[in-house]
Order: sequence, then C-alpha cells, then structure tokens
Amino acid sequence: MVDLKTNIGDIILKNPIMPASGTFSEDLASVFDIDLLGAHVAKTITAEIRSGNATPRVSESGYNMLNSIGIPSKGIEDFKKNILPIYKEYNTPFIASVSAPSADGFAYICDKISVPGVDAIEINISCPNIEDDGKAFAMRPNSTFKVIEKVRSITNIPIWAKLTPNTGETIEVAKAAQDAGANALVVANTILAMQIDIKTYKPSLGNIMGGLSGPGLKPIVLRMVYQCSKVVDIPIIGCGGISNFEDVIEFILAGSSAVQVGTATFINPNVMLSILSGIKDYCEENKVSKISDLIGLVDDKNTPDTVALMEIDI
Amino acid sequence: MDNKSRIKIYEVDTEVISNNYISNDYKHLVLRAPSRALDIVPGQFFHLQCPTFEGSISFLRRPMSVYQFSKKEKQIEFLYKLHGKGTRAISNLKKNNIFNIVGPLGKGFVIEENYKNIVLIARGVGLATLAPLGNLAFEKGINLTVICSARSKEHLMSIDLFNSLSNKVITVTDNDGSSSMFNLELLINNLMSSQSVDAFFTCGSNRILKLLKKVCGLNNIPGQIALEQQMACGIGMCFCCVRPFEIGDKIIQKRVCNEGPVFRISEALPW
Ligand SMILES: Cc1cc2nc3c(=O)[nH]c(=O)nc-3n(C[C@H](O)[C@H](O)[C@H](O)COP(=O)(O)OP(=O)(O)OC[C@H]3O[C@@H](n4cnc5c(N)ncnc54)[C@H](O)[C@@H]3O)c2cc1C
Ligand SMILES: Cc1cc2nc3c(=O)[nH]c(=O)nc-3n(C[C@H](O)[C@H](O)[C@H](O)COP(=O)(O)O)c2cc1C
Ligand code: FES
Repeated sequence: MVDLKTNIGDIILKNPIMPASGTFSEDLASVFDIDLLGAHVAKTITAEIRSGNATPRVSESGYNMLNSIGIPSKGIEDFKKNILPIYKEYNTPFIASVSAPSADGFAYICDKISVPGVDAIEINISCPNIEDDGKAFAMRPNSTFKVIEKVRSITNIPIWAKLTPNTGETIEVAKAAQDAGANALVVANTILAMQIDIKTYKPSLGNIMGGLSGPGLKPIVLRMVYQCSKVVDIPIIGCGGISNFEDVIEFILAGSSAVQVGTATFINPNVMLSILSGIKDYCEENKVSKISDLIGLVDDKNTPDTVALMEIDI
Repeated sequence: MDNKSRIKIYEVDTEVISNNYISNDYKHLVLRAPSRALDIVPGQFFHLQCPTFEGSISFLRRPMSVYQFSKKEKQIEFLYKLHGKGTRAISNLKKNNIFNIVGPLGKGFVIEENYKNIVLIARGVGLATLAPLGNLAFEKGINLTVICSARSKEHLMSIDLFNSLSNKVITVTDNDGSSSMFNLELLINNLMSSQSVDAFFTCGSNRILKLLKKVCGLNNIPGQIALEQQMACGIGMCFCCVRPFEIGDKIIQKRVCNEGPVFRISEALPW
C-alpha cells in the first residue's frame, strides 16, 4: 500500500491531486466520484457581482489554450447559499478562491467567507484578466505582501497565495507571501498571452489578451516551483500544464507538496483519476512507500547555485 | 442537485463504422459505442476529440449534436459540416479507427405530455440536431410537421429520414425563393389556420429564431431552440460557452453546455 497522503500546513490531503480554480465545479461529479480527490477548489469569486468578459472566451494554440473568462461572480451570498453546501456533502477539504481590486477588498471578502466548510482560502492575486492590461498583485513583492498581510490580520483560516508566471521577481514574490503570513503557495496561474486570426485580423479572444494554460506552461511553472522551494518553508502546490502522472512526479521532485490540474480535465474529464492510479503504480514500482518522501528530491547537487537561482529577464 | 442521482457522463473510445460524404461539405459519421453512453435525450450533444491531421492539432474537443443513436445496435451517428481544422480532422477518420467521445452532454428537448402536434423547422445542418427529436415524436405518436430549409435542393438533408417519420415534410430553398422569411411566415400561418400547433422546435438559424420569436409570441405557443457556442470543458466548469438570455426584464448569461444547448425560444436572443 502506497501512502499518498500529503500535508498542506495543518490540512491533511488524502492524496496530492486537486483541481485548479476555474476549471472545476460539482458538475464533474457526473463523470466520477469527486470524493476521490485530495481537495476541491472553487472558481474564484469577488464581492461585487461581475459578468465576466466578452466572447469568444477561449481559443487554442498548439497543445495549449488561451482563456479570457474573467471572473464572472454572483457574489458572496450566492457562494454561501448555493456553492458551499454542495461541498459540505463530501469528505474532502474545500478551498475557496477569492479576488478583489485592493488589499482592503481582499480582506473584506476573506472575512465574509471565513465560515465553517471553508478549509482554506486561495488568494488569487495572479488573475491576469481582472485589472487593466493584465496587471496583477503577484507581479511585485510589495503588492503581494500588502494583500497577504491584510488578509492574514483578518482571518485564522489557512491562506494560500496563488502566484503568477507574469513576473521577473518570482523569488521575491514568494518570500513576500511567506513573510506576510501565507500558509502555502499555489504556483501558478496562467501566462498572459494573445493570438490573432490571420483571416480576419482580429484577436481570437473577445478580451484581446488572456491566459495561456496547458502543457506549454509546465516547464515554466516547474522552474518557478523549484525556485520557490529553495527560498520558502511553506508548502507549495504546483499548477500548470499537468496532464499525466509523470508531470505530477516531476512537480513533487521540484518541491511541490501537492498539485492542481486544470486544462487537462477539459480534454479528458477523467484525467485526475488516471493520474491518481498512475502515481500509485509509479510509487509501487519504484519502492516509494510515502509519496511525501519525494517532495523536493530533485538531484541538483552538481548545479551551481548561481544558475539554480537565476531569474530570467522578462 | 443530489449528488448521487446525477446523470452520468462518459468518456469512451468508439470505433468508426463509416464516415461518408452526403454532399460536398457534409459528412455522416457512424460509430460503434458502448451502450452505457447511449442513454440520450434528443438535442443532447457529445464532445469529440479530433485526431491530429497532417500536423494540425485541434486541442479542444468539438461539440456535436447526436444525429441518430441506437442502444440496441450500440451505434451513435453524427452529421457534420466541414468547417475548420477540427471537423476536417474528423472527416479523415477511417473505418475501424478509434475515436474518443464524451457525453451525453447538456439538456435536450422536452416534449410535454400535452403536445399532440409539433413543428420542427431548421436550416442546413440544424436538421441534424432535430432528427432524433423527430424519431422520438414518431415513437410517441405525435403529429409531426417538418420544414426543411437550405440553399438549394442539393443542400437539403435528411429528407428521407424525415419522410419516414412524417407525411408533412415541407422543403424550401433559397434558389426558388421559397425560403424567404416572408414565405416561411406565410407557410407557418397557413399551417396554424389548418391545424393546431402545440410547440415549435428549431436550431441554428438566427433568422428563423427571429421569426419564431414573433410567431410564438403572437400566438402564445411555446418553442424550443438548440443553440451553439464555442466550448472548452463541455460540462459546465469553465464558463466559456455563455450566451445572453432575456428572463423577465433581465438579461442573464447562461452556459450553453450545461443549462442548454436547448433553451426556450421566448428567452433566446437573436445574435
Ligand atoms: C451543442 C452543439 C451542437 C453542434 N452540433 C453540430 C452538428 O450536429 N453538426 C455540425 O456540423 N456542427 C455542429 N455544431 C457546430 C460544431 O461544433 C462546429 O462546427 C465545430 O466545432 C467547428 O470546429 P472546426 O475545428 O471545424 O472549426 P474552427 O473554426 O477551426 O474551430 C475553432 C474553434 O471554434 C469552435 N467553433 C467554431 N464554430 C463553432 C460553432 N458553430 N459552435 C461551437 N463551436 C464552434 C470550435 O469548436 C473550435 O474550438 C454544434 C455546436 C454545438 C455547440
Ligand atoms: C477556463 C479557465 C478558467 C480559469 N479560472 C481561474 C480562476 O477563476 N481563478 C484562478 O485562480 N485561476 C483560474 N484559472 C487558472 C487555473 O487555475 C490554472 O492556474 C491554470 O490554468 C494553469 O493550470 P493548467 O495548465 O493545468 O490549466 C483558469 C484557467 C482556465 C483554463
Ligand atoms: S464549455 Fe465549459 S462551461 Fe460550457
């Protein structure tokens, strides 16, 4: 028997596989028993009611997709009344996800949803759509610190900071989130991207720019997880392009304690289940009795520190 | 919704039985599928995984209405228009190829208990979506009128199928001008003066939607329309497939894959 349990701070997950925010809802229960997942992560909500962006909201690029869904949100009361009760029926930790236009806004919504049934709150400071030109708090350490510090002062529920790949300051942002009191890092959200239809000359997304997700994101985010794990002690949840069990093992070796799967579920709605059986088999074949033993085991001893910590110029 | 009583969605490998042209740019795909995936309501759709074709990748699945199905024969059929790279890749499927599909998806057409006379009206490939509804109405002994519209006689589709289900199949074309909205309205009004109509069903055409909104509104007859929108997940998770609907005096965004693809004509908005 392989032990797939993993801890994100005080939260014990029965396995390291959970869905990524915005790519999951209770509708997936029509495909498989979602109680088999390590955690349930809700779509990001905001305090104000929002309708989301213009269509088309998605397009495809090679083995990746672009989305500009935005954050359509029915607000806090709807979340408490209609979303939260659904997940109370399951024996799986439930993670809310929130966004806001300011640090005070984040604190306000986190206060309101610090209620029984919410096991942790993911602080989406990385959504590229919600602010002008895709700017997000997690692009800079200062704005990251301010948001997380404010939220920390208002809630005792564990907070997970969701970082962005759209920064040249990954390490500084990760440290800022930890110093301000985050209990875990989710690494990461989508990369700001765009695409143009050469027949019509029009951007393929109604919103012009959107976030790239899918397998192309994986090596970039894996690099970020690796960098973050060198500088923080809090657990890291890897997220970006994960499509199979090999990807998961790679992320764990790079320093993730758990992972989130997004786009791959759109292509194969059962993918999280196949990943689960894949990592079990991998552990059995490789005599790994506890998956958590693999966290951060990447063998980088012959790599000079200067290269390992180098930041790319964006 | 009670989680235990959820309708099941399956991701299954099917085997291509045939994939033939029925006209220049339309093909008919017949698949052998596990019967567990074939509890289908007319109007529901599947999400098809396009094969890679000549180096071109269609990453997202493509939504396609069920054209015909038989649980007994373990068969499911699609009628599709060659549109872009995804449908072209599907058109390249050969007998015995394995083809992955997800479904059945969405909410289909509803035939209320009191419906005795219904009218199906669609244009082009929209008829594919209405075809299984025709079969169901026939089985239920409901009096069926079918109005098929197309560019020309050659572009009319599924006429044989509909003729086997109804003795009132009316065809109209752009070529002889009979498909004009003026003429369609006349045709529908004549029909309603000679018989009663309990509901209209349509799919796909903006002009027909506008016409039916008027006709249904004036005569206080319900109607249902199957709508399309680009999709990513197909099961309600991503919110990319939303369209606006008028509900009372409010405009509300609904997901075509999940709340639809079949909606009330009174709520659907022309585009
Ligand atoms: C519920 C539903 C049922 C459908 N049933 C049928 C059917 O029975 N027969 C048929 O021929 N077509 C049907 N369509 C339309 C069909 O999905 C598109 O023609 C197809 O996705 C085009 O893909 P492509 O790669 O060839 O075109 P491209 O233009 O290259 O596609 C690019 C992207 O846009 C999407 N897209 C393009 N046109 C449409 C469209 N009209 N609707 C939704 N997404 C679109 C594609 O899925 C893809 O993601 C249906 C659509 C929906 C939503
Ligand atoms: C359609 C779509 C909607 C998303 N919505 C959200 C969201 O509401 N909040 C959020 O934090 N991330 C959102 N994301 C980002 C994902 O959670 C994830 O970080 C990203 O897609 C990378 O993972 P993947 O490559 O496995 O999809 C969304 C992604 C997609 C594709
Ligand atoms: S396609 Fe994802 S919600 Fe409809």
